Amino acid sequence: MMNETKNIMIVGVGGQGSLLASRIIGNAVLLKGYDVKVSEVHGMSQRGGSVVTYVRYGEKVWSPVICRGEADIIISFELLEAARWLPYLKKGGVIVVNTQKINPMPVITGALEYPDQLVEKIKAKGIKIVAADTLKLAKEAGNERTSNVALIGLMGRYLGFDVETLKESVKISVPAKFLEVNLKAFELGYNYEK
Amino acid sequence: MKKIMLGNEAVARGLYEAGCRLVSSYPGTPSTEITEYAAKYDEIYAEWAPNEKVALETAIGASVAGGRSACCMKHVGLNVAADPLFIGSYVGVGGGMLIIVADDPGMHSSQNEQDSRHYAEASKLPMLEPSNSKECIEFVKAGFELSEKFDTPVIIRLCTRISHSQGIVELSERAEHELVDYVKDPTKRVMTPANAKPRHIIVEQRLNNLSEFADNCDLNTIEMNGNKPDIGIITSGTSYNYAREVFGDSASYLKLGMVFPLPENKIKDFVSNCSRIIVIEELDDYIESFCKKIGIIVDGKNLLPKTDEFSQDLLREKLLGIKSESVSVDDKIPGRPPVLCPGCPHRGVFYVFKKLKLYVSGDIGCYTLGAAPPLSSIDTTFCMGASVSSIHGFNKIRPELTGKSVAVIGDSTFMHSGITGLVNLVYNKGQSTLVILDNRITAMTGHQENPSTGRTLKDESTYAVMPEDVALAVGVKKEHIRTVDPLDIAEFEKVLKEELASGEPSVIVCRRPCALLKGVERLPAYHVDADKCKSCRACMTIGCPCISMTDGKAKIDETLCTGCGLCIKLCRFGAINGGNK
Repeated sequence: MMNETKNIMIVGVGGQGSLLASRIIGNAVLLKGYDVKVSEVHGMSQRGGSVVTYVRYGEKVWSPVICRGEADIIISFELLEAARWLPYLKKGGVIVVNTQKINPMPVITGALEYPDQLVEKIKAKGIKIVAADTLKLAKEAGNERTSNVALIGLMGRYLGFDVETLKESVKISVPAKFLEVNLKAFELGYNYEK
Repeated sequence: MKKIMLGNEAVARGLYEAGCRLVSSYPGTPSTEITEYAAKYDEIYAEWAPNEKVALETAIGASVAGGRSACCMKHVGLNVAADPLFIGSYVGVGGGMLIIVADDPGMHSSQNEQDSRHYAEASKLPMLEPSNSKECIEFVKAGFELSEKFDTPVIIRLCTRISHSQGIVELSERAEHELVDYVKDPTKRVMTPANAKPRHIIVEQRLNNLSEFADNCDLNTIEMNGNKPDIGIITSGTSYNYAREVFGDSASYLKLGMVFPLPENKIKDFVSNCSRIIVIEELDDYIESFCKKIGIIVDGKNLLPKTDEFSQDLLREKLLGIKSESVSVDDKIPGRPPVLCPGCPHRGVFYVFKKLKLYVSGDIGCYTLGAAPPLSSIDTTFCMGASVSSIHGFNKIRPELTGKSVAVIGDSTFMHSGITGLVNLVYNKGQSTLVILDNRITAMTGHQENPSTGRTLKDESTYAVMPEDVALAVGVKKEHIRTVDPLDIAEFEKVLKEELASGEPSVIVCRRPCALLKGVERLPAYHVDADKCKSCRACMTIGCPCISMTDGKAKIDETLCTGCGLCIKLCRFGAINGGNK
């Protein structure tokens, strides 16, 4: 049993399905016998706003939130959100990102520009970033709604859990009739080579 | 059995295990899921009431009848329910009763930050505050015991980070609770001055007994670390978690599970063993003021803010002077505020308000987002129902603006507290126009049924109270009650202009289901013919998240577009095609 609390952040745009992702990680952690806290956002922010979910696990977890400089892993469903939440990454942490872009309202109205080359810029800061088009992987699996599970798969290698535990967790977390396509999306993410 | 559970789900589980029979609530973030989860248990009768006052009075009635009952709400809901709250204190209980209130420090989804602990003190009701999901179950059970033992309603205080955090819980079976006998007793339940005077004395005696209980109960726990501890921390709820995270075993703790009445002797005892005391509490200096009142010198709001929520980061910086280290990219990151969804039926309504340059008296719901750019059409948003009542006052002072102003409210908010405002408007000879955005659901809080949807929380069919019928019943003339499809913006604009010019109180119901509602058909997406697009940006004025300018031309994200067709009505060059056109 490790002493230090591990911190995982799931960030994205309201409505992208981050609640399922947090459930999969939460259940995996529970299977491993750790204490765990997951903090979610409901209500107003879900209406297309920037949303964040915190998952913390370890021998004993107190706070349900993750602060600046504390996240071991940031999982981002959208590229700009990865850049927004970057200050929360711990030194030596890793960002796993879906390269999908969703324009926020200030970009839509023309008030601001969507910054370009974000993956490269984050890399240039000496940060480990793993990027993939998980929507494409989801389509390959047979259902574009499994994009979030493909992203969890992509993150899987950096969590330090065995792949069987993660797959078991996918099993308990998704509806039985969508299990096969979700497991396929998970594996495509897990085995992704860039 | 061990399980990972949301705080709100754990509260509902506690209600179930404690044998609670009735839950009546009005939805409000962050409290909503308690009642939704409670409704999943067949043994609990659960309902959505039209507002928190009605909900609490329903729960009081159930308690008088001898059953264990509960009523859940967000912090501002307790303002609405304050009348029965205070009188419930005098009347006491039959079956145990809980009032469960969720505060929202940091205003994740609220119009203000409000510290509900003051209500416990003002109404003289005991208040418990859990710090995690496990305690949510335990404290609900303890609350019912306390309620029946001391003949008092009990308030359970939550906050966003307790309600919306998951943690590990231990489940038990439901313990059925026999109905308490009902015996008629007007001296206890008919609150005339003659009866209420002796009841007030009983309330004060009860408070003394509760203070004694607070000193001795295991809801308030002391954790001493070291022989001669330096720092002693007095805290409760989610603040305890942040304190424990930052100070670990280097400090001692008095964790208050019961935040009213506060345990005077236990606090004095704890303080005598520490050389420095820090009170860590979000929002007001509630515990700190009590400490000062009993002559204890503490640090608290001299170091910590009264605004926003806390975190381990904030405590590290404010109390230990340690700043966190972080990296960021050099670009300016555009904000991502919440927006009206693609296909939202409210969008066109706000477009028309802006076009006609109206004063818009707004209300609480998804449609508050009509205040954000580029629609930017709302002038005021106060509290539930205030759109209708406040436009009446506005137009009494500036009658010349009656034809240039409008109140806008959702179906659920109208049922909550818009109706009485409309009664006032008609009764006192107002001439204002009210637009009711009827999207057939309480949308903002995540799709709850309400009196106008025709379905109950238990998913049964029921009578649908239609806003048009209510308007007619309270005296709005039939010819000034209009129903339109808000996606037909030309028709809506025409009807709105007619009613604004009518000089009569009027109600326009914009009826179309929320685009996210199950069963709402998603139409084929539209696309822009780049050759025909003149880059005039007319389609950009409705703030649709699907439309953006790419390489100088409008572009529609076809994966997000629901085919609502609002944008084609704005394009003068026929550049937008597809959909059902």
